[in-house]
Amino acid sequence: MSTATNKIIINALYDDDDVLLKGVKQVKEQGYAIEEVYTPFPVHGLDHAMGLKRTRIAIAAFLYGILGLATSIAMTYGMMIIDWPMNIGGKPSFTWGENMPAFVPIMFELTVFFAAHLMVWTFFIRNDIYPGRKTQNPDPRTTDDKFLMEVELKGEREVLMNLLKESGAIEISEKSN
Amino acid sequence: MHYEAPVREPLIIGDKSYHDITVDVAKPVETFAPKSWWVVFTLSLIAFLWGVGCILYTIGTGIGVWGLNNTVDWAWDITNFVWWVGIGHAGTLISAVLLLFRQKWRMSINRSAEAMTIFSVIQAALFPGIHMGRIWLAYFVFPIPNQFGSLWVNFNSPLLWDVFAISTYFTVSVVFWYVGLIPDFAMIRDRAIRPVTKHIYRILSFGWGGKAKQWQRFEEVSLVLAGLATPLVLSVHTIVSMDFATSVIPGWHTTIFPPYFVAGAIFSGFAMVQTLLIIVRKMFKMEDYITIQHIEMMNIIIMLTGSIVGIAYITELFIAWYSGVEYEQYAFLNRATGPYWWAYWSMMTCNVFSPQFMWFKKLRTSLVFTFIISIVVNIGMWFERFVIIVTSLHRDYLPSSWSMFSPTFVDIGIFIGTIGFFFVLFLLYARTFPVIAQAELKTILKSSGENYKKLQESNEHGH
Repeated sequence: MSTATNKIIINALYDDDDVLLKGVKQVKEQGYAIEEVYTPFPVHGLDHAMGLKRTRIAIAAFLYGILGLATSIAMTYGMMIIDWPMNIGGKPSFTWGENMPAFVPIMFELTVFFAAHLMVWTFFIRNDIYPGRKTQNPDPRTTDDKFLMEVELKGEREVLMNLLKESGAIEISEKSN
Repeated sequence: MHYEAPVREPLIIGDKSYHDITVDVAKPVETFAPKSWWVVFTLSLIAFLWGVGCILYTIGTGIGVWGLNNTVDWAWDITNFVWWVGIGHAGTLISAVLLLFRQKWRMSINRSAEAMTIFSVIQAALFPGIHMGRIWLAYFVFPIPNQFGSLWVNFNSPLLWDVFAISTYFTVSVVFWYVGLIPDFAMIRDRAIRPVTKHIYRILSFGWGGKAKQWQRFEEVSLVLAGLATPLVLSVHTIVSMDFATSVIPGWHTTIFPPYFVAGAIFSGFAMVQTLLIIVRKMFKMEDYITIQHIEMMNIIIMLTGSIVGIAYITELFIAWYSGVEYEQYAFLNRATGPYWWAYWSMMTCNVFSPQFMWFKKLRTSLVFTFIISIVVNIGMWFERFVIIVTSLHRDYLPSSWSMFSPTFVDIGIFIGTIGFFFVLFLLYARTFPVIAQAELKTILKSSGENYKKLQESNEHGH
């Protein structure tokens, strides 16, 4: 991301998820903007503390599922009713409705297929991750056991530094970019 | 915040920190393989290559090289197919169903169980492919217009449902597995020292950063995928069972097949998970994460599903008698007392009798005993499919065409080959992939780790 040149980011490194969560809350209370938090595992309640909105990816998955269902209906209708109706075992195959029970497995499978795959594609695109992407976390220790909070500097530098130190950060530095 | 009742046994043993989990999980990837790995790998590779030879011979000559005849026209091929698909089911059950039920003990076994799913579905998919005889026409199963004009596939056929079910199941399982792997690949990437290793794991990890929003989406995606995979896994073996159940062969056309097949699939799958994990925990020293408690939990599931399978067998017999259809009655009488009595009773002994030992705590917490039972159960489940397929076919409506099936070396070779291929894939996975979902496991360290539980207990007494 290209941030404005006058924006200064302070990195605070924590070594415990509970301390981090407390730190996030304190920093937020003092009116600072948290740029990003990098954690090695999903920290319960972190999204809430940071004020992140709920993800809408499940809604997207539902819509993809409907698309899959529609595709399966269109496919079975087009192939077996319109294009080449077959009389199999004397069973009616000239209306989709009468044949529908035999298509239920296909309808189900395609619903799941579309919902799962398109949701995962959405997940990749929204997270901006793909094979060969440059590593996103600035500190390699944040996939092991450290937690990194990036705070935008506002007002006195000392005030923020002290706040972070008191909240239990083990390392504080200015982001260089 | 991180509270769990003290009566619950710890799921992570020892004085572990987050960093210890990282080190332990990355170790098999970062160090040389133990000698035992090379021994098992070499044996599996030989078996695999032998299987490749037998498959090439089959494709080159035709399926006449198998032991099939006019009466028994499905035998080991479909037996093996159903067996392998069934084994795969436990992986999805562990990673999806146990996630929906919020069972924390799934976390140290779900990665390997899902790997098992994917590798066994690969083995399964081989068989329908080669049993067509002309594998170069395999694309006929897909809904694409062909050279005869717009002659489409038949969507009324369970065999076609199977194509859709297996391909959806395979691809969704791969995606589910891979999404979970991304943060763990990132962990290995960030620890890697050699540039080549770092580069490979950077590509595999998709550049994952572990941002708060990413984790939020990650958890949501895992939950929705679990919700999708749960009915999916049930549908797969249901549809496999419909390959038989929608036919008119006595012994096949029974309405009990879908639930009975699904229970059997979970039963055999958990047995295979036991076989693999007992090896993995020993070979890579994962005893602190895959504990006796994990083994015990899985044994309880084996006992439960084994009992369901037992009830299904008995129900089948009862319904055959109750139906009043003499062909149906004969099919089941012939299974139990006919020339294939030994297969039927091996199935009964292995699947119904042997899991009942798990009622005893001493036995279900014994590693050696569990390992033996896990093999016995898989032998039993192979016989189940053999009994269903071959004994229902070998004595049909016309006694003049009654016959027996005897496998040729090619039948046996392909089966052994798939076992080899399965282990080759699994052993390669165990050396290059994080075998435990470490990011997930770290979330339960404070509630279910032994040291944290002790700390919590002493704090409670202090108040």
